[in-house]
Amino acid sequence: MMKFAVVSFPGSNCDEDLYYAITDGLHEAATVVPHTTTDLSDFDVVLIPGGFSYGDYLRSGAIAKFAPVMPAVKDFANTGKPVLGICNGFQILTEAGLLPGTLQHNQQMQFICEPEPLQVENNQTMFTSAFQDQQRITLPIAHGEGNYYCDEATLASLRENHQIAFTYRRNPNGSVSDIAGITNQAGNVLGMMPHPERAVEDIQGGTDGLLVFKSLVQAHLRTV
Amino acid sequence: MFLAQVHVTYKPSILDPQAEAIKNAMHRLEFNQVTAVQQGKYFEITLDVPTVQQAEKQIDAICDQLLANPNMETYRYQVKELANQ
Repeated sequence: MMKFAVVSFPGSNCDEDLYYAITDGLHEAATVVPHTTTDLSDFDVVLIPGGFSYGDYLRSGAIAKFAPVMPAVKDFANTGKPVLGICNGFQILTEAGLLPGTLQHNQQMQFICEPEPLQVENNQTMFTSAFQDQQRITLPIAHGEGNYYCDEATLASLRENHQIAFTYRRNPNGSVSDIAGITNQAGNVLGMMPHPERAVEDIQGGTDGLLVFKSLVQAHLRTV
Repeated sequence: MFLAQVHVTYKPSILDPQAEAIKNAMHRLEFNQVTAVQQGKYFEITLDVPTVQQAEKQIDAICDQLLANPNMETYRYQVKELANQ
């Protein structure tokens, strides 16, 4: 069985959803680990959940980047194993410098909680290989600060290296170039604002999110 | 002892939707002469260091590492010596 770590910070609130998605949706093993964990090397995947870590004080993710677990997350990412940050997890990964850019307040000052039409821009990543190329999918979004911003040079390098994994089909928040999710240059760190863990069973309104986790299983099987 | 008064604001190139909403509210209050609003964060930080140079060095580091996100924010500050208590 694959071992997924779900890192829980004070104020995380999607950690249990992720645990449920991995254990009951994907049928793999998940452990919720506290923000004080200093070694993640036993795991195959590290998941950084959504929520409001440290109350989003100062800026979303700004305090979490100094949590005791973060050096272990960086070490884990440096080994090439997958790190997935969802919503607040994406914000934490940008603040920590594991992903480029920043998540700003939504352009229209609203917290948006909706099923959101997306497009898979790159299905050649360890997080998206179970999708078809350019597949149109729907995942829930739930954020007030999901407006992805980066400068022109960063955007050019994201495009050149095929780091844009997901885009919005009707931009809900003002994100640069409709960006909903990006990987790092090495392709083993993904941050995304939509919530795949909230779309793993039909009763949730769709199962497109399960394919993100199935992609990680495919990637893992290629390495063992 | 030194007191640093730090302002963190968005870079001019960054759209600040909160400031835009505040400006619109001012216009609704009929302060129609308001042409621009910038919102920021203000910090007062007291440091126990011997010299102003050391205070400034630490404030620069604190701003770079924590208080400001260099992708979208900029900061400015002044440091005052506090009278011995």
